[in-house]
Amino acid sequence: MVRPVGIQTPAPAPSLEPALEAQRAELGAAPPRRRRIKPSTWAGLAFVAPLVIYVALLYAYPLYENVSMSLHRFTRATFVTGEAPFVGLDIYREVIGSPQFWPIVRQTATFVIVSLVFQYAIGLALAVFFRRGFPLSGLLRGLFLVPWLLPIIVSATTWQWMMDADSGIINRLLGVVGVDPVWWLNADHSLWAVTIANIWLGIPFNLVILYSGLQNVPADLYEAASLDGAGAWRQFWSITFPLLRPVTAITLLLGFVYTLKVVDIVWIMTMGTGTSQTLATWAYSMAFGKGTSAVIKYSQASAVGSILLLVALVMGFVYLFVQRRQED
Amino acid sequence: MDRVTRTWWKTVLGVVLTAVMLFPLYWMINVSLTERGSIRNGDLYPKAFTLEHYDVVLHDQLPYLGTSILVGVGTVVLTLAISAPAAYALSRLVLPGRRVLSFLLIVAQMIPAVVMALGFYTIYTNLGILDSVPGLILADSTIAVPFGVMLFAAFMTGIPRELLQAAQIDGASYWRTFRSVVMPVARNSAVTVGLFAFLWAWSDFLFASTLNRDGGKLRPITMGLYDYIGSQNQQWGELMATAVLASIPTAILLLVAQRYVAAGVTAGAVKD
Repeated sequence: MVRPVGIQTPAPAPSLEPALEAQRAELGAAPPRRRRIKPSTWAGLAFVAPLVIYVALLYAYPLYENVSMSLHRFTRATFVTGEAPFVGLDIYREVIGSPQFWPIVRQTATFVIVSLVFQYAIGLALAVFFRRGFPLSGLLRGLFLVPWLLPIIVSATTWQWMMDADSGIINRLLGVVGVDPVWWLNADHSLWAVTIANIWLGIPFNLVILYSGLQNVPADLYEAASLDGAGAWRQFWSITFPLLRPVTAITLLLGFVYTLKVVDIVWIMTMGTGTSQTLATWAYSMAFGKGTSAVIKYSQASAVGSILLLVALVMGFVYLFVQRRQED
Repeated sequence: MDRVTRTWWKTVLGVVLTAVMLFPLYWMINVSLTERGSIRNGDLYPKAFTLEHYDVVLHDQLPYLGTSILVGVGTVVLTLAISAPAAYALSRLVLPGRRVLSFLLIVAQMIPAVVMALGFYTIYTNLGILDSVPGLILADSTIAVPFGVMLFAAFMTGIPRELLQAAQIDGASYWRTFRSVVMPVARNSAVTVGLFAFLWAWSDFLFASTLNRDGGKLRPITMGLYDYIGSQNQQWGELMATAVLASIPTAILLLVAQRYVAAGVTAGAVKD
Protein backbone atom coordinates (compact mmCIF):
# COMPACT_ATOMS: atom_id res chain seq x y z
CA MET A 1 0.00 0.00 0.00
CA VAL A 2 0.78 3.56 0.14
CA ARG A 3 4.10 3.90 1.75
CA PRO A 4 4.11 6.93 3.99
CA VAL A 5 6.99 8.34 2.04
CA GLY A 6 4.46 9.30 -0.48
CA ILE A 7 2.89 11.80 1.65
CA GLN A 8 5.70 14.07 1.25
CA THR A 9 5.02 15.77 -1.95
CA PRO A 10 7.99 17.96 -2.17
CA ALA A 11 7.45 21.63 -1.87
CA PRO A 12 10.85 22.90 -2.71
CA ALA A 13 9.85 24.72 -5.84
CA PRO A 14 9.04 28.06 -4.25
CA SER A 15 11.93 27.64 -1.87
CA LEU A 16 14.30 27.62 -4.74
CA GLU A 17 13.35 31.00 -6.02
CA PRO A 18 15.51 33.32 -3.91
CA ALA A 19 18.61 31.32 -4.56
CA LEU A 20 17.78 30.97 -8.21
CA GLU A 21 17.36 34.68 -8.52
CA ALA A 22 20.66 35.18 -6.83
CA GLN A 23 22.15 32.83 -9.34
CA ARG A 24 20.56 34.64 -12.25
CA ALA A 25 21.63 38.01 -10.95
CA GLU A 26 25.09 36.71 -10.54
CA LEU A 27 25.21 35.42 -14.08
CA GLY A 28 23.65 38.54 -15.51
CA ALA A 29 25.90 40.93 -13.66
CA ALA A 30 29.13 39.28 -14.52
CA PRO A 31 28.97 37.11 -17.60
CA PRO A 32 32.72 37.12 -18.17
CA ARG A 33 33.41 35.66 -14.74
CA ARG A 34 31.09 32.76 -15.41
CA ARG A 35 33.79 30.16 -15.19
CA ARG A 36 34.93 31.15 -11.76
CA ILE A 37 32.96 29.43 -9.05
CA LYS A 38 31.91 31.72 -6.26
CA PRO A 39 32.57 30.85 -2.62
CA SER A 40 28.83 30.62 -2.00
CA THR A 41 28.55 28.05 -4.77
CA TRP A 42 31.39 26.08 -3.25
CA ALA A 43 29.51 26.09 0.02
CA GLY A 44 26.35 24.84 -1.68
CA LEU A 45 28.28 22.07 -3.39
CA ALA A 46 29.97 21.06 -0.17
CA PHE A 47 26.72 20.82 1.72
CA VAL A 48 25.03 18.80 -0.99
CA ALA A 49 28.02 16.55 -1.72
CA PRO A 50 27.12 13.83 0.82
CA LEU A 51 23.65 13.58 -0.73
CA VAL A 52 25.05 13.37 -4.24
CA ILE A 53 27.45 10.61 -3.24
CA TYR A 54 24.63 8.91 -1.39
CA VAL A 55 22.31 9.05 -4.40
CA ALA A 56 25.05 7.73 -6.65
CA LEU A 57 25.97 4.83 -4.38
CA LEU A 58 22.62 3.87 -2.94
CA TYR A 59 20.23 4.69 -5.77
CA ALA A 60 22.05 4.89 -9.07
CA TYR A 61 24.37 1.95 -8.48
CA PRO A 62 21.69 -0.54 -7.36
CA LEU A 63 19.45 0.55 -10.21
CA TYR A 64 22.30 0.16 -12.65
CA GLU A 65 22.89 -3.35 -11.29
CA ASN A 66 19.21 -4.12 -11.66
CA VAL A 67 19.06 -3.02 -15.28
CA SER A 68 22.35 -4.71 -16.08
CA MET A 69 21.07 -7.95 -14.59
CA SER A 70 18.04 -7.82 -16.85
CA LEU A 71 20.32 -7.66 -19.91
CA HIS A 72 22.50 -10.60 -18.87
CA ARG A 73 21.37 -14.15 -18.37
CA PHE A 74 21.95 -14.80 -14.69
CA THR A 75 21.27 -18.12 -13.11
CA ARG A 76 22.14 -19.29 -9.65
CA ALA A 77 25.55 -20.45 -10.93
CA THR A 78 26.47 -17.40 -12.99
CA PHE A 79 25.26 -15.14 -10.22
CA VAL A 80 28.07 -16.49 -8.07
CA THR A 81 30.77 -16.48 -10.75
CA GLY A 82 29.57 -13.22 -12.26
CA GLU A 83 30.08 -14.48 -15.82
CA ALA A 84 26.58 -14.17 -17.14
CA PRO A 85 26.43 -13.71 -20.92
CA PHE A 86 24.98 -10.53 -22.36
CA VAL A 87 21.68 -11.29 -24.11
CA GLY A 88 20.29 -7.89 -24.98
CA LEU A 89 16.53 -7.68 -24.67
CA ASP A 90 15.98 -11.45 -24.80
CA ILE A 91 14.92 -11.62 -21.16
CA TYR A 92 12.34 -8.89 -21.69
CA ARG A 93 10.95 -10.81 -24.66
CA GLU A 94 10.73 -13.96 -22.58
CA VAL A 95 9.08 -12.22 -19.66
CA ILE A 96 6.50 -10.42 -21.77
CA GLY A 97 5.94 -13.54 -23.85
CA SER A 98 5.47 -15.80 -20.84
CA PRO A 99 1.91 -17.01 -20.23
CA GLN A 100 1.85 -15.39 -16.77
CA PHE A 101 2.71 -11.90 -17.92
CA TRP A 102 -0.59 -10.53 -19.20
CA PRO A 103 -2.76 -12.13 -16.50
CA ILE A 104 -0.44 -10.59 -13.89
CA VAL A 105 -0.61 -7.20 -15.59
CA ARG A 106 -4.40 -7.48 -15.53
CA GLN A 107 -4.42 -8.47 -11.86
CA THR A 108 -2.05 -5.64 -11.04
CA ALA A 109 -4.31 -3.20 -12.85
CA THR A 110 -7.36 -4.49 -10.99
CA PHE A 111 -5.54 -4.32 -7.67
CA VAL A 112 -4.34 -0.78 -8.28
CA ILE A 113 -7.50 0.68 -9.80
CA VAL A 114 -10.00 -0.88 -7.40
CA SER A 115 -7.78 0.08 -4.46
CA LEU A 116 -7.48 3.67 -5.67
CA VAL A 117 -11.17 4.15 -6.37
CA PHE A 118 -12.26 2.93 -2.96
CA GLN A 119 -9.44 4.53 -1.00
CA TYR A 120 -10.19 7.82 -2.62
CA ALA A 121 -13.97 7.65 -2.32
CA ILE A 122 -13.89 6.56 1.32
CA GLY A 123 -11.08 8.96 2.15
CA LEU A 124 -12.98 11.85 0.59
CA ALA A 125 -16.23 10.95 2.32
CA LEU A 126 -14.40 10.88 5.66
CA ALA A 127 -12.59 14.13 4.92
CA VAL A 128 -15.91 15.85 4.24
CA PHE A 129 -17.34 14.27 7.37
CA PHE A 130 -14.46 15.59 9.47
CA ARG A 131 -14.29 18.98 7.75
CA ARG A 132 -16.37 20.83 10.27
CA GLY A 133 -15.07 20.01 13.70
CA PHE A 134 -17.29 18.35 16.28
CA PRO A 135 -16.57 17.11 19.79
CA LEU A 136 -13.75 14.54 19.67
CA SER A 137 -13.17 15.04 15.94
CA GLY A 138 -9.45 15.75 16.38
CA LEU A 139 -8.89 12.63 18.42
CA LEU A 140 -10.87 10.43 16.06
CA ARG A 141 -9.02 11.80 13.05
CA GLY A 142 -5.76 11.00 14.82
CA LEU A 143 -6.91 7.44 15.42
CA PHE A 144 -7.69 7.03 11.75
CA LEU A 145 -3.97 7.37 11.07
CA VAL A 146 -3.10 4.25 13.01
CA PRO A 147 -3.43 1.70 10.18
CA TRP A 148 -1.08 3.76 8.12
CA LEU A 149 1.63 4.05 10.76
CA LEU A 150 1.60 0.36 11.66
CA PRO A 151 4.16 -1.93 10.10
CA ILE A 152 2.40 -3.41 7.07
CA ILE A 153 3.42 -6.90 8.12
CA VAL A 154 1.40 -6.43 11.32
CA SER A 155 -1.74 -5.36 9.46
CA ALA A 156 -1.28 -8.05 6.84
CA THR A 157 -0.98 -10.77 9.46
CA THR A 158 -4.09 -9.55 11.22
CA TRP A 159 -6.09 -9.47 8.00
CA GLN A 160 -4.84 -12.91 7.15
CA TRP A 161 -6.28 -14.25 10.38
CA MET A 162 -9.52 -12.28 10.05
CA MET A 163 -9.96 -13.78 6.58
CA ASP A 164 -9.27 -17.32 7.70
CA ALA A 165 -11.85 -19.52 6.01
CA ASP A 166 -12.82 -21.61 9.05
CA SER A 167 -12.38 -19.38 12.05
CA GLY A 168 -11.93 -15.91 10.65
CA ILE A 169 -14.17 -13.22 12.04
CA ILE A 170 -15.17 -12.02 8.59
CA ASN A 171 -16.68 -15.31 7.53
CA ARG A 172 -18.34 -15.53 10.93
CA LEU A 173 -19.95 -12.12 10.43
CA LEU A 174 -20.97 -13.10 6.92
CA GLY A 175 -22.48 -16.24 8.38
CA VAL A 176 -24.66 -14.13 10.65
CA VAL A 177 -26.28 -12.54 7.60
CA GLY A 178 -26.52 -15.92 5.91
CA VAL A 179 -23.61 -15.75 3.46
CA ASP A 180 -21.60 -18.91 2.91
CA PRO A 181 -17.97 -18.88 4.06
CA VAL A 182 -15.62 -17.40 1.49
CA TRP A 183 -12.18 -18.88 0.87
CA TRP A 184 -10.67 -15.44 0.98
CA LEU A 185 -7.03 -16.33 0.65
CA ASN A 186 -7.33 -18.92 -2.10
CA ALA A 187 -7.54 -18.96 -5.86
CA ASP A 188 -9.95 -16.47 -7.35
CA HIS A 189 -10.74 -14.70 -4.13
CA SER A 190 -7.19 -13.89 -3.13
CA LEU A 191 -7.06 -10.80 -5.32
CA TRP A 192 -10.14 -9.44 -3.57
CA ALA A 193 -8.74 -10.30 -0.18
CA VAL A 194 -5.52 -8.35 -0.71
CA THR A 195 -7.40 -5.50 -2.37
CA ILE A 196 -9.73 -5.12 0.60
CA ALA A 197 -6.80 -5.07 3.01
CA ASN A 198 -4.99 -2.58 0.80
CA ILE A 199 -7.99 -0.27 0.65
CA TRP A 200 -8.07 -0.28 4.42
CA LEU A 201 -4.37 0.59 4.49
CA GLY A 202 -4.76 3.48 2.04
CA ILE A 203 -7.73 5.24 3.60
CA PRO A 204 -5.67 7.23 6.14
CA PHE A 205 -3.37 8.62 3.45
CA ASN A 206 -6.32 9.78 1.36
CA LEU A 207 -8.14 11.15 4.36
CA VAL A 208 -5.16 13.20 5.50
CA ILE A 209 -4.36 14.75 2.15
CA LEU A 210 -7.95 15.41 1.15
CA TYR A 211 -8.76 16.81 4.58
CA SER A 212 -5.94 19.32 4.38
CA GLY A 213 -7.06 20.11 0.84
CA LEU A 214 -10.55 20.86 2.13
CA GLN A 215 -9.14 23.30 4.66
CA ASN A 216 -8.11 25.48 1.75
CA VAL A 217 -11.59 25.72 0.24
CA PRO A 218 -12.88 29.15 1.28
CA ALA A 219 -15.75 28.83 3.75
CA ASP A 220 -17.66 31.80 2.29
CA LEU A 221 -18.24 29.81 -0.89
CA TYR A 222 -20.35 27.40 1.12
CA GLU A 223 -22.14 30.26 2.84
CA ALA A 224 -22.99 31.85 -0.48
CA ALA A 225 -24.16 28.51 -1.81
CA SER A 226 -26.44 27.83 1.11
CA LEU A 227 -27.88 31.35 0.84
CA ASP A 228 -28.70 30.43 -2.73
CA GLY A 229 -30.45 27.37 -1.38
CA ALA A 230 -27.97 24.70 -2.43
CA GLY A 231 -28.14 21.58 -0.26
CA ALA A 232 -25.18 19.65 1.07
CA TRP A 233 -25.16 17.26 -1.88
CA ARG A 234 -25.25 20.07 -4.41
CA GLN A 235 -22.53 21.96 -2.51
CA PHE A 236 -20.29 18.93 -2.62
CA TRP A 237 -20.56 18.50 -6.38
CA SER A 238 -20.48 22.19 -7.24
CA ILE A 239 -17.86 23.45 -4.81
CA THR A 240 -15.92 20.80 -2.95
CA PHE A 241 -15.25 18.35 -5.72
CA PRO A 242 -14.19 20.81 -8.46
CA LEU A 243 -11.98 22.82 -6.11
CA LEU A 244 -10.29 19.67 -4.88
CA ARG A 245 -9.27 18.62 -8.36
CA PRO A 246 -5.57 19.54 -8.02
CA VAL A 247 -5.31 17.75 -4.69
CA THR A 248 -7.16 14.82 -6.18
CA ALA A 249 -4.65 14.59 -9.01
CA ILE A 250 -1.70 14.44 -6.63
CA THR A 251 -3.43 12.00 -4.29
CA LEU A 252 -4.32 9.58 -7.06
CA LEU A 253 -0.92 9.87 -8.68
CA LEU A 254 0.96 9.09 -5.49
CA GLY A 255 -1.56 6.40 -4.59
CA PHE A 256 -0.99 4.81 -7.98
CA VAL A 257 2.76 4.70 -7.56
CA TYR A 258 2.65 3.36 -4.04
CA THR A 259 0.02 0.74 -4.77
CA LEU A 260 1.91 -0.43 -7.82
CA LYS A 261 5.05 -1.12 -5.87
CA VAL A 262 3.60 -2.68 -2.76
CA VAL A 263 4.84 -6.14 -1.90
CA ASP A 264 4.42 -6.83 1.80
CA ILE A 265 0.65 -6.77 2.10
CA VAL A 266 0.19 -9.27 -0.73
CA TRP A 267 3.16 -11.38 0.17
CA ILE A 268 2.23 -11.84 3.81
CA MET A 269 -1.42 -12.58 3.11
CA THR A 270 -1.20 -14.90 0.10
CA MET A 271 2.44 -15.10 -1.08
CA GLY A 272 1.07 -14.03 -4.42
CA THR A 273 -0.85 -17.25 -4.91
CA GLY A 274 -4.09 -17.50 -6.83
CA THR A 275 -5.05 -14.31 -8.55
CA SER A 276 -3.26 -12.03 -6.11
CA GLN A 277 0.09 -11.95 -7.92
CA THR A 278 1.09 -8.45 -8.97
CA LEU A 279 4.12 -7.32 -10.95
CA ALA A 280 5.92 -6.31 -7.77
CA THR A 281 5.31 -9.59 -5.94
CA TRP A 282 6.12 -11.52 -9.10
CA ALA A 283 9.52 -9.86 -9.28
CA TYR A 284 10.03 -10.51 -5.58
CA SER A 285 9.15 -14.18 -5.82
CA MET A 286 11.30 -14.81 -8.87
CA ALA A 287 14.33 -13.12 -7.34
CA PHE A 288 14.16 -14.64 -3.94
CA GLY A 289 12.85 -18.02 -4.92
CA LYS A 290 9.87 -18.22 -2.66
CA GLY A 291 6.19 -18.71 -3.07
CA THR A 292 5.00 -19.56 -6.55
CA SER A 293 8.44 -19.46 -8.12
CA ALA A 294 10.54 -22.40 -7.01
CA VAL A 295 13.52 -21.51 -9.17
CA ILE A 296 15.52 -18.35 -8.70
CA LYS A 297 15.32 -16.17 -11.80
CA TYR A 298 17.33 -13.05 -11.11
CA SER A 299 17.33 -11.80 -14.67
CA GLN A 300 13.60 -12.22 -15.18
CA ALA A 301 12.94 -10.56 -11.85
CA SER A 302 15.07 -7.57 -12.73
CA ALA A 303 13.38 -7.31 -16.12
CA VAL A 304 10.01 -7.00 -14.37
CA GLY A 305 11.67 -4.63 -11.92
CA SER A 306 12.95 -2.47 -14.76
CA ILE A 307 9.45 -2.28 -16.22
CA LEU A 308 8.21 -1.04 -12.84
CA LEU A 309 11.11 1.38 -12.72
CA LEU A 310 10.14 2.80 -16.09
CA VAL A 311 6.59 3.35 -14.86
CA ALA A 312 7.97 5.12 -11.79
CA LEU A 313 10.08 7.38 -13.97
CA VAL A 314 7.15 8.27 -16.19
CA MET A 315 5.05 8.99 -13.11
CA GLY A 316 7.81 11.23 -11.81
CA PHE A 317 7.51 13.32 -14.96
CA VAL A 318 3.72 13.36 -14.76
CA TYR A 319 3.98 14.46 -11.15
CA LEU A 320 6.29 17.30 -12.08
CA PHE A 321 3.96 18.31 -14.90
CA VAL A 322 0.89 18.31 -12.66
CA GLN A 323 2.72 20.32 -10.04
CA ARG A 324 3.96 22.88 -12.54
CA ARG A 325 0.49 23.31 -13.94
CA GLN A 326 -0.88 23.93 -10.49
CA GLU A 327 1.67 26.65 -9.92
CA ASP A 328 0.64 28.55 -13.02
CA MET B 1 -29.83 23.61 20.87
CA ASP B 2 -30.31 22.36 17.34
CA ARG B 3 -26.59 22.77 16.67
CA VAL B 4 -25.59 20.76 19.70
CA THR B 5 -27.79 17.81 18.79
CA ARG B 6 -26.41 17.89 15.27
CA THR B 7 -22.78 17.76 16.35
CA TRP B 8 -23.51 15.04 18.90
CA TRP B 9 -24.94 12.94 16.16
CA LYS B 10 -21.69 13.42 14.29
CA THR B 11 -19.59 12.42 17.27
CA VAL B 12 -21.54 9.19 17.63
CA LEU B 13 -21.14 8.39 13.96
CA GLY B 14 -17.46 9.32 14.13
CA VAL B 15 -16.88 6.94 17.03
CA VAL B 16 -18.63 4.14 15.16
CA LEU B 17 -16.58 4.74 12.00
CA THR B 18 -13.34 4.85 13.96
CA ALA B 19 -14.29 1.63 15.72
CA VAL B 20 -14.91 -0.08 12.38
CA MET B 21 -11.61 1.22 11.03
CA LEU B 22 -9.65 0.08 14.06
CA PHE B 23 -11.41 -3.23 14.42
CA PRO B 24 -8.48 -5.23 12.97
CA LEU B 25 -6.27 -3.83 15.71
CA TYR B 26 -8.74 -4.73 18.36
CA TRP B 27 -8.90 -8.20 16.90
CA MET B 28 -5.13 -8.54 16.98
CA ILE B 29 -5.03 -7.64 20.67
CA ASN B 30 -8.02 -9.84 21.40
CA VAL B 31 -6.40 -12.91 19.84
CA SER B 32 -3.07 -12.20 21.52
CA LEU B 33 -4.80 -12.38 24.92
CA THR B 34 -6.83 -15.52 24.26
CA GLU B 35 -5.76 -19.01 25.35
CA ARG B 36 -4.53 -21.20 22.55
CA GLY B 37 -7.42 -23.65 22.72
CA SER B 38 -10.03 -20.93 22.49
CA ILE B 39 -8.65 -18.80 19.68
CA ARG B 40 -10.69 -20.58 17.04
CA ASN B 41 -13.90 -19.86 18.91
CA GLY B 42 -13.64 -16.29 17.74
CA ASP B 43 -14.97 -14.74 20.96
CA LEU B 44 -15.52 -11.02 20.68
CA TYR B 45 -13.43 -10.38 23.79
CA PRO B 46 -10.69 -12.50 25.43
CA LYS B 47 -13.06 -14.76 27.36
CA ALA B 48 -10.31 -17.30 28.00
CA PHE B 49 -7.81 -14.65 29.08
CA THR B 50 -4.11 -15.37 29.22
CA LEU B 51 -0.79 -13.56 29.09
CA GLU B 52 1.05 -16.73 28.19
CA HIS B 53 1.65 -15.72 24.57
CA TYR B 54 3.39 -12.55 25.67
CA ASP B 55 5.50 -14.58 28.04
CA VAL B 56 6.71 -16.82 25.23
CA VAL B 57 7.08 -14.02 22.72
CA LEU B 58 8.97 -11.62 24.96
CA HIS B 59 11.43 -14.38 25.59
CA ASP B 60 11.82 -15.34 21.93
CA GLN B 61 11.68 -11.95 20.32
CA LEU B 62 13.91 -9.89 22.58
CA PRO B 63 16.99 -10.17 20.35
CA TYR B 64 14.95 -9.17 17.31
CA LEU B 65 13.55 -6.18 19.14
CA GLY B 66 17.10 -5.18 20.01
CA THR B 67 18.20 -5.46 16.39
CA SER B 68 15.22 -3.42 15.26
CA ILE B 69 16.10 -0.64 17.68
CA LEU B 70 19.72 -0.72 16.53
CA VAL B 71 18.75 -0.61 12.86
CA GLY B 72 16.19 2.12 13.55
CA VAL B 73 18.65 4.35 15.40
CA GLY B 74 21.32 3.80 12.76
CA THR B 75 18.87 4.73 10.03
CA VAL B 76 17.84 7.89 11.88
CA VAL B 77 21.44 9.04 12.31
CA LEU B 78 22.35 8.37 8.70
CA THR B 79 19.17 9.98 7.37
CA LEU B 80 19.65 13.16 9.39
CA ALA B 81 23.34 13.41 8.56
CA ILE B 82 22.67 13.20 4.83
CA SER B 83 19.42 15.09 4.48
CA ALA B 84 19.79 18.15 6.72
CA PRO B 85 22.94 19.65 5.12
CA ALA B 86 21.66 18.83 1.64
CA ALA B 87 18.37 20.54 2.37
CA TYR B 88 20.25 23.60 3.59
CA ALA B 89 22.11 23.73 0.30
CA LEU B 90 18.95 23.16 -1.72
CA SER B 91 16.92 25.80 0.06
CA ARG B 92 19.41 28.53 1.04
CA LEU B 93 22.64 28.27 -0.91
CA VAL B 94 23.57 28.76 -4.52
CA LEU B 95 23.49 25.36 -6.12
CA PRO B 96 23.85 24.46 -9.75
CA GLY B 97 21.60 21.62 -10.85
CA ARG B 98 19.12 21.94 -8.03
CA ARG B 99 16.13 21.28 -10.23
CA VAL B 100 17.63 18.06 -11.48
CA LEU B 101 18.36 16.99 -7.93
CA SER B 102 14.84 17.84 -6.78
CA PHE B 103 13.42 15.79 -9.62
CA LEU B 104 15.69 12.87 -8.79
CA LEU B 105 14.46 12.95 -5.20
CA ILE B 106 10.84 12.79 -6.37
CA VAL B 107 11.59 9.83 -8.59
CA ALA B 108 13.62 8.21 -5.82
CA GLN B 109 10.49 8.04 -3.69
CA MET B 110 8.62 6.29 -6.47
CA ILE B 111 11.14 3.53 -7.15
CA PRO B 112 9.72 0.16 -6.12
CA ALA B 113 11.60 -1.23 -3.15
CA VAL B 114 11.77 -4.61 -4.84
CA VAL B 115 13.90 -3.09 -7.62
CA MET B 116 16.22 -1.54 -5.07
CA ALA B 117 16.38 -4.81 -3.17
CA LEU B 118 17.48 -6.67 -6.29
CA GLY B 119 20.28 -4.22 -6.94
CA PHE B 120 21.37 -4.17 -3.32
CA TYR B 121 21.34 -7.94 -3.23
CA THR B 122 23.88 -8.16 -6.06
CA ILE B 123 26.10 -5.46 -4.61
CA TYR B 124 25.94 -6.83 -1.08
CA THR B 125 26.76 -10.32 -2.30
CA ASN B 126 29.87 -9.00 -4.02
CA LEU B 127 30.89 -6.93 -1.02
CA GLY B 128 30.07 -9.68 1.44
CA ILE B 129 27.81 -7.49 3.57
CA LEU B 130 24.66 -9.55 3.13
CA ASP B 131 22.99 -10.36 6.45
CA SER B 132 24.68 -7.50 8.26
CA VAL B 133 23.20 -4.71 10.32
CA PRO B 134 25.12 -1.89 8.57
CA GLY B 135 23.94 -3.22 5.22
CA LEU B 136 20.36 -3.14 6.37
CA ILE B 137 20.77 0.37 7.76
CA LEU B 138 22.09 1.62 4.42
CA ALA B 139 19.17 0.04 2.56
CA ASP B 140 16.53 1.22 5.05
CA SER B 141 17.82 4.77 4.93
CA THR B 142 16.89 4.96 1.25
CA ILE B 143 13.24 4.94 2.30
CA ALA B 144 13.68 8.07 4.41
CA VAL B 145 16.41 10.23 2.86
CA PRO B 146 14.39 11.81 0.01
CA PHE B 147 11.54 12.51 2.42
CA GLY B 148 14.03 14.02 4.87
CA VAL B 149 15.59 16.32 2.31
CA MET B 150 12.20 17.58 1.17
CA LEU B 151 10.79 18.10 4.64
CA PHE B 152 13.90 19.95 5.81
CA ALA B 153 14.05 22.03 2.63
CA ALA B 154 10.40 23.02 2.93
CA PHE B 155 11.03 24.21 6.47
CA MET B 156 14.38 25.89 5.90
CA THR B 157 12.94 27.95 3.09
CA GLY B 158 10.80 29.67 5.68
CA ILE B 159 13.65 30.69 7.98
CA PRO B 160 13.81 34.49 7.91
CA ARG B 161 16.61 35.77 5.74
CA GLU B 162 17.62 38.30 8.41
CA LEU B 163 18.52 35.51 10.78
CA LEU B 164 21.02 34.01 8.38
CA GLN B 165 22.35 37.40 7.31
CA ALA B 166 22.93 38.37 10.91
CA ALA B 167 25.04 35.27 11.41
CA GLN B 168 27.07 36.06 8.31
CA ILE B 169 27.62 39.66 9.34
CA ASP B 170 28.96 38.31 12.62
CA GLY B 171 31.49 36.43 10.54
CA ALA B 172 30.04 32.96 10.87
CA SER B 173 31.09 30.46 8.23
CA TYR B 174 28.47 28.51 6.28
CA TRP B 175 29.08 25.49 8.44
CA ARG B 176 28.81 27.60 11.60
CA THR B 177 25.58 29.19 10.36
CA PHE B 178 24.17 25.79 9.55
CA ARG B 179 25.10 24.28 12.89
CA SER B 180 24.35 27.16 15.22
CA VAL B 181 21.51 28.97 13.51
CA VAL B 182 19.73 26.74 11.01
CA MET B 183 19.70 23.42 12.85
CA PRO B 184 18.50 24.77 16.22
CA VAL B 185 15.61 26.48 14.43
CA ALA B 186 14.88 23.34 12.44
CA ARG B 187 14.80 21.15 15.53
CA ASN B 188 11.16 20.17 15.11
CA SER B 189 11.72 19.15 11.52
CA ALA B 190 14.64 17.02 12.66
CA VAL B 191 12.38 15.29 15.18
CA THR B 192 9.76 14.63 12.51
CA VAL B 193 12.28 13.26 10.02
CA GLY B 194 13.90 11.17 12.72
CA LEU B 195 10.61 9.72 13.90
CA PHE B 196 9.54 8.69 10.43
CA ALA B 197 12.98 7.31 9.56
CA PHE B 198 12.81 5.17 12.68
CA LEU B 199 9.28 4.02 12.02
CA TRP B 200 9.97 3.03 8.42
CA ALA B 201 13.17 1.21 9.30
CA TRP B 202 11.27 -0.57 12.06
CA SER B 203 8.42 -1.49 9.69
CA ASP B 204 10.60 -2.59 6.81
CA PHE B 205 9.93 -6.09 5.61
CA LEU B 206 11.22 -6.08 2.08
CA PHE B 207 14.86 -5.20 2.67
CA ALA B 208 15.03 -7.32 5.79
CA SER B 209 13.63 -10.35 4.02
CA THR B 210 16.02 -10.06 1.10
CA LEU B 211 19.23 -8.54 2.45
CA ASN B 212 19.11 -9.99 5.94
CA ARG B 213 17.45 -13.37 5.50
CA ASP B 214 20.08 -15.44 7.23
CA GLY B 215 21.15 -12.98 9.84
CA GLY B 216 20.01 -15.20 12.72
CA LYS B 217 19.33 -13.11 15.79
CA LEU B 218 20.66 -10.04 14.01
CA ARG B 219 17.40 -9.72 12.17
CA PRO B 220 14.70 -7.17 12.91
CA ILE B 221 11.35 -7.83 14.53
CA THR B 222 9.52 -7.98 11.22
CA MET B 223 11.56 -11.10 10.45
CA GLY B 224 10.82 -12.50 13.90
CA LEU B 225 7.17 -12.11 13.03
CA TYR B 226 7.73 -13.57 9.58
CA ASP B 227 9.28 -16.69 11.13
CA TYR B 228 6.01 -17.34 12.92
CA ILE B 229 4.04 -16.80 9.72
CA GLY B 230 6.27 -19.13 7.76
CA SER B 231 6.18 -21.97 10.27
CA GLN B 232 4.11 -24.99 9.35
CA ASN B 233 1.93 -24.90 12.39
CA GLN B 234 0.89 -21.30 12.77
CA GLN B 235 0.52 -20.28 16.40
CA TRP B 236 -1.89 -17.41 16.10
CA GLY B 237 -1.69 -16.36 19.75
CA GLU B 238 2.05 -15.91 19.60
CA LEU B 239 1.85 -14.42 16.15
CA MET B 240 -0.57 -11.77 17.32
CA ALA B 241 1.38 -11.08 20.50
CA THR B 242 4.47 -10.45 18.34
CA ALA B 243 2.40 -8.23 16.07
CA VAL B 244 1.36 -6.21 19.12
CA LEU B 245 5.00 -5.87 20.16
CA ALA B 246 5.93 -4.77 16.67
CA SER B 247 3.27 -2.06 16.90
CA ILE B 248 4.71 -0.45 20.02
CA PRO B 249 6.71 2.28 18.26
CA THR B 250 3.59 3.31 16.37
CA ALA B 251 1.67 3.56 19.62
CA ILE B 252 4.41 5.57 21.30
CA LEU B 253 4.63 7.84 18.31
CA LEU B 254 0.94 8.58 18.41
CA LEU B 255 0.79 9.05 22.15
CA VAL B 256 3.95 11.06 22.70
CA ALA B 257 4.72 12.74 19.43
CA GLN B 258 1.41 13.29 17.72
CA ARG B 259 2.15 16.83 16.71
CA TYR B 260 5.35 15.77 14.99
CA VAL B 261 3.44 13.09 13.16
CA ALA B 262 0.92 15.64 12.02
CA ALA B 263 3.76 17.85 10.82
CA GLY B 264 5.27 15.02 8.81
CA VAL B 265 1.96 14.05 7.34
CA THR B 266 0.81 17.42 6.16
CA ALA B 267 4.08 19.19 5.47
CA GLY B 268 4.13 19.88 1.82
CA ALA B 269 1.49 17.26 1.13
CA VAL B 270 -0.87 19.84 -0.21
CA LYS B 271 0.59 22.79 -1.86
CA ASP B 272 -1.17 25.92 -2.79
